[in-house]
Amino acid sequence: MGLWQSYRLRLQRKRWRIRARRKSTQLRPVVDRTDQIRPGDLFVMTTQRNEMVRLPYFLKYYRDLGVNHFFFVDNDSDDGSLDYLAEQPDVSVWHTKGSYKRSRFGVDWLNFLCLKHAHGHWVLTVDPDEFFLYPFCDTRPLRALTDWLDASSIKSFSAMLLDMYPKGPINAQAYLPGQDPLEIANWFDPGNYTIQRNRRYGNLWIQGGPRARVFFGDRPKKAPALNKIPLVKWNRRYTYVSSTHMLLPRGLNLVYDEWGGEKASGVLLHTKFLDTFSSKAQEELLRNQHYAASVEYKAYAEVGQENPDLWCKWSEKYINWRQLEILGLMSKGNWA
Amino acid sequence: MTLGVVMLCHTALGRAEQVARHWAQAGCPVVIHVDRTVPNAAYRTFVKSLSDVPNVQFSRRYRCEWGTWGIVAASQAASTQLLNAFADVRHVYLASGACLPLRPVQELIDYLAERPRVDFIESATTSEVPWTVGGLDEERFTMRFPFSWRKQRYFFDRFVALQRTIGLKRKIPNGLVPHMGSQWWCLTRQTLSAILQDPDRATYDAYFKRVWIPDESYYQTLARLYGTQIESRSLTLSKFDFQGKPHIFYDDHLQLLRRSDCFVARKIWPHADGLYRAFLTDTAGALSRTEPNPGKIDRIFAKAVERRTRGRPGLYMHSRFPNRDWENGVTAGPYSVFQGFTQLFEDFEPWLARATDARVHGHLYAPDRAHFADQQTIINGALSDNAQLRDANPRAFLTNLVWNTRGERQCFQYGPSDNQNIVWDLIKDPNATINVISGAWAVPLFRSNRDFADLRQDAADLQKIEAKALYAYRSAKAKARVRIWTMAEFVEAPMEPLQSVIDEISTRPNRGISEVPRLVDIKGFGQFLQNLKNQGMHPYLMGDFPVDAETSADSRKPPRKPYLVQ
Repeated sequence: MGLWQSYRLRLQRKRWRIRARRKSTQLRPVVDRTDQIRPGDLFVMTTQRNEMVRLPYFLKYYRDLGVNHFFFVDNDSDDGSLDYLAEQPDVSVWHTKGSYKRSRFGVDWLNFLCLKHAHGHWVLTVDPDEFFLYPFCDTRPLRALTDWLDASSIKSFSAMLLDMYPKGPINAQAYLPGQDPLEIANWFDPGNYTIQRNRRYGNLWIQGGPRARVFFGDRPKKAPALNKIPLVKWNRRYTYVSSTHMLLPRGLNLVYDEWGGEKASGVLLHTKFLDTFSSKAQEELLRNQHYAASVEYKAYAEVGQENPDLWCKWSEKYINWRQLEILGLMSKGNWA
Repeated sequence: MTLGVVMLCHTALGRAEQVARHWAQAGCPVVIHVDRTVPNAAYRTFVKSLSDVPNVQFSRRYRCEWGTWGIVAASQAASTQLLNAFADVRHVYLASGACLPLRPVQELIDYLAERPRVDFIESATTSEVPWTVGGLDEERFTMRFPFSWRKQRYFFDRFVALQRTIGLKRKIPNGLVPHMGSQWWCLTRQTLSAILQDPDRATYDAYFKRVWIPDESYYQTLARLYGTQIESRSLTLSKFDFQGKPHIFYDDHLQLLRRSDCFVARKIWPHADGLYRAFLTDTAGALSRTEPNPGKIDRIFAKAVERRTRGRPGLYMHSRFPNRDWENGVTAGPYSVFQGFTQLFEDFEPWLARATDARVHGHLYAPDRAHFADQQTIINGALSDNAQLRDANPRAFLTNLVWNTRGERQCFQYGPSDNQNIVWDLIKDPNATINVISGAWAVPLFRSNRDFADLRQDAADLQKIEAKALYAYRSAKAKARVRIWTMAEFVEAPMEPLQSVIDEISTRPNRGISEVPRLVDIKGFGQFLQNLKNQGMHPYLMGDFPVDAETSADSRKPPRKPYLVQ
């Protein structure tokens, strides 16, 4: 990469940071418990809108991993989730009525919170329907991973988004608050992912899975991106560029080995396809606040109508992270 | 006579305290060195926390930056203090704050008591062991290293390069033979005191102060001067990854560590409560006299290094995306491609499936859809037959298919009417075997019932495409195994090529073919080619078919049937 390109990316990075500061005026702190933060604490950053039903299990899951503090941006929920979050002892929550789309799908808001609070901390940026898996997550807490990453001088850790779905119509089983969504959505596509390299930012662009297979068969290029880099040892100079797909400076995107080896990596189990999906899709279609003019939600509406069944004969039932490791969906790398 | 422990600590002082207590309770005096960079307040708390243990002392503090002299200076000071203060110490064990005794300390004391003259120190000559990470092996003894590797990497590298170019070399004093090895040793009082009280120590120290990573070479080299009985191994189980960084042990390694029978392991994650609880509260029951046996742990960590450096062949994922030609296996396993066979044989696919154990697909790259075996629309890995999904990344389609069906050989048909964007990927893949009957694409045209003008156009297009593919197959860059027959050659003697195809794929013991596929009726094919030629379209890829050759041949016997070859 030439000096010129490098300089342009630098400018771009600064622009995103300025934008994050500008968009931060939309954020109103509801409960700010950031004074509880101690050095080395592990953070989770999330934007949410009307996810009340998911939050109890979400918080439990990440507390069990050893996350110390949660940062939420609540995008004008009206289902009581804001009040629920405000009551949690380890949550700081900001409220906004701002446009999700014009905050670049929440990225600007979270960039600002990272900039302000996360310097020097490990930050996991996930949605309420995403569950982070990493090697040995059943026996080692998240801090074991971050300590190891620190010792290895690794600053960012990738996790592919793995779409989980139930067998049968997705609204056949009702998801209840506090329930493990993997009890319902416990199937996934094991081996139909395609990868391309994004030369500009150095990240990988991954597509595939049930969404490409069922919704985007006729326009594969529009299928959603599944590459994510959710775990970052944050520095105030960093910024997410597009969702958590890529960051600047671009060195943070080099989470893959180019010479045949495997770096350690994880998976984000994406439990979007529960019975809550149809109504959510309807709502999102009306709000038109999602990526690329909500092309994804339009595709769902066209193909799935009410109730798509994503399951197929070769779907794999989820067991544990070791299964995903064997299938090649994540890797222990040299962590043993 | 007992064992004394020198402990070098810099973090997780709480854990160091636990371990020091453990050593001391077993009757081993401990001298602790705490890194100078630890804040004084933390140091004082640490000292105070151990003040109730009588045979624990603290030595003078040095700044211990990785790869520098400080660590050696620290161990020298602490060892001297230990030897002076505790006269009954016979062996001195150098440990770190992240070390954890895995067996009852009494077992270690007994083990050493049985070997009173033995020095346990890993010590190998640099010229013979390619251990080092980063390319500095012998040079670490012959160059100067005034810059910090951690903080001044640029100058460090430049200065090494400069010394290489101008050939600057240091003299090694008194003909020392440089040795290297694990920095965790256990030396006898005799050897250690000989090193520490050497009249030339000032010379050696001055020399080693400018050696790169002296803690891996100072004692290792000097012990060779005085040790009477050197066991070149470390009693501390310590594994390193491909960057030279120590592997860390967690709670889930408990059983592994127990079974290893090693005396001490490093490095333990400070929050591994389970390990500390298990090993520090072990009651010394029936003492075992087993030798340390870290074989299984060695294998696990060797595998981790292998995974990090070589990876799983044929896997493409979000943390393994090798550059072209650096894949270490483009695909996960061998597979075969057949071009022209289904055109020439009526039942080639079922026949091949019967004759071998392979899974035989149709044209995977056909324009309408991927023709998977058994007419499936979706296959292992939930790979879809959708042509658009496939064509968005034909290479990934192939690598996914082979990865998803690991352990089962795949065969598929290919031809000039299929998507050609995969040709170069096939040809560069050593796992591919490509069998081509060139020109066989003309047979379906010949057998079709269409206007000749259209046929002529199709024939011209297909010939052009296949010629291009053949050019690739014959390229010098080809890594696949390629066999090309012209159709004329093949029809002349089909048995031999078919046999060789089967032999290669089949996992069963080598047998002759008991059944052969049915050749389609090509009577009049020569004339068909001649007609094309007469129209100005010269088909040449199928070789020479005389206009009336097969009519005369066929007049002698009825149309070809299945036949047996014994």
